[in-house]
Amino acid sequence: MFLKPTKWTVMRNLIFRDIDDLVIGSLGIVSFISFFVGGVVTIQTALNINSPLIPQYLVGYATRQSVILEFAPTFISIIMAGKVGSFITSSIGTMRVTEQIDALEVMGINSINYLVFPKTIALLLYPFLISIAMFLGVLGGMAACYYGGFTSVSDYIWGVQLDFIPFHLAYAFIKTFVFAFFLATIPSYHGYFMKGGALEVGKASTTSFVWTSVVIILSNYIITQLVLS
Amino acid sequence: MIVVENLYKSFGSTAVLKGISTSFDKGKTNLIIGQSGSGKTVFLKCLLGLFPYESGSISYDGKIYADLSEDDQRVLRSKIGTVFQGSALFDSMTIAENVKFPLRMFTKQSNSEMDDRVDAVLKRVELENAHNKFPSEASGGMQKRVAIARAIVNNPSYLFCDEPNSGLDPKTAIVIDNLIQEITSEFNITTVINSHDMNSVMEIGQKIVFLKDGYKAWEGSNKNIFKTDNEAVTNFVYSSELFRKVRQMYIDND
Repeated sequence: MFLKPTKWTVMRNLIFRDIDDLVIGSLGIVSFISFFVGGVVTIQTALNINSPLIPQYLVGYATRQSVILEFAPTFISIIMAGKVGSFITSSIGTMRVTEQIDALEVMGINSINYLVFPKTIALLLYPFLISIAMFLGVLGGMAACYYGGFTSVSDYIWGVQLDFIPFHLAYAFIKTFVFAFFLATIPSYHGYFMKGGALEVGKASTTSFVWTSVVIILSNYIITQLVLS
Repeated sequence: MIVVENLYKSFGSTAVLKGISTSFDKGKTNLIIGQSGSGKTVFLKCLLGLFPYESGSISYDGKIYADLSEDDQRVLRSKIGTVFQGSALFDSMTIAENVKFPLRMFTKQSNSEMDDRVDAVLKRVELENAHNKFPSEASGGMQKRVAIARAIVNNPSYLFCDEPNSGLDPKTAIVIDNLIQEITSEFNITTVINSHDMNSVMEIGQKIVFLKDGYKAWEGSNKNIFKTDNEAVTNFVYSSELFRKVRQMYIDND
């Protein structure tokens, strides 16, 4: 991927285009899902607190921990494996089927560098997307409290601020960077090395989603074990 | 000039090319013909460097490709223009951007110089007003002409065409054939065309290499293909009644 790099003036445009396609283009769905799942986490936490001995601000605390530690980095990454991953596999796979990759190779262009490297660089901005998911998830929880009356907004905010450990954010972003690398490379691999026609492009997209999800879940376990235990 | 010597290529235990030796002349349209499965696409992909081969050699104007350093191979490849069977235009780019692409990758020309060159080649293939269209908005014949424009924009020394008129109506196919032949002599390019279109063979086959079961069964020109008594060639080229009559008329008139 790093040998025979593409001319910088061309590569720069490819990176900007991939940032637009992969990161900016995912803002809408990530925001929507984060806001509402944050709300659902809050409602479920609130409804499962039956004991009067458990303080109401725990709802905010539980929502924050769930969103920052797991929901935003991992759950959103699985969704992105479907959205961004299948986009990458199908776009590169279609280029393979229609001989566009052969055309690049014949011209003497390192097609892996041309196609995969800009996506990998573009997804370095993926943590930006996850930080928005974190913010909107917590905000969604607050909106659920306000409109559903499960707990007071002030209790919720108090809980969100309670016992905050900054290292948890670092842990979440370490995971995010690793997942971003998988999101760029695994779907690219399945698209680049696919064989066949249009039907196989569809199959490759499905396979890439499955494998990206499996690798994300496994690496999530390993990173959590290594970093938090 | 491209010289091929004793080329062998196989996939697993299946031998596809079995010792092919031939040459393709500069400034001429050289055709590779043969039945489906005869190995002509594999042969073309070996010439393009897309398939490695087991033994033999391919030399481009005296330089053996396999002996060149990686950088020199890259330089050589930048002198190759290719027209793929399905045109292989980049979907995400307009027609003008597709044609401009090799210039952006391999030259240090300014934007205006590149635009002038793109205008010139698009005019040459009679697509002056198609700059801002996307490939999906162009007809099959237009896509082929764009592919030819992209192949020649960087003044290549070698032009490879894989079945350039497949899927085109007969009139457009003749236009594409003539365009390739004109460009070949105009820019003095070594052109190699992979085809099983008999009209192309008769019209533009200045040199023809006939492959059968991975062997070179015959070579000659469109003039002497009428007179050959090679059974493999006559069975393939004159399989239709129409072409048998054309051949008989040619022999009678000669």
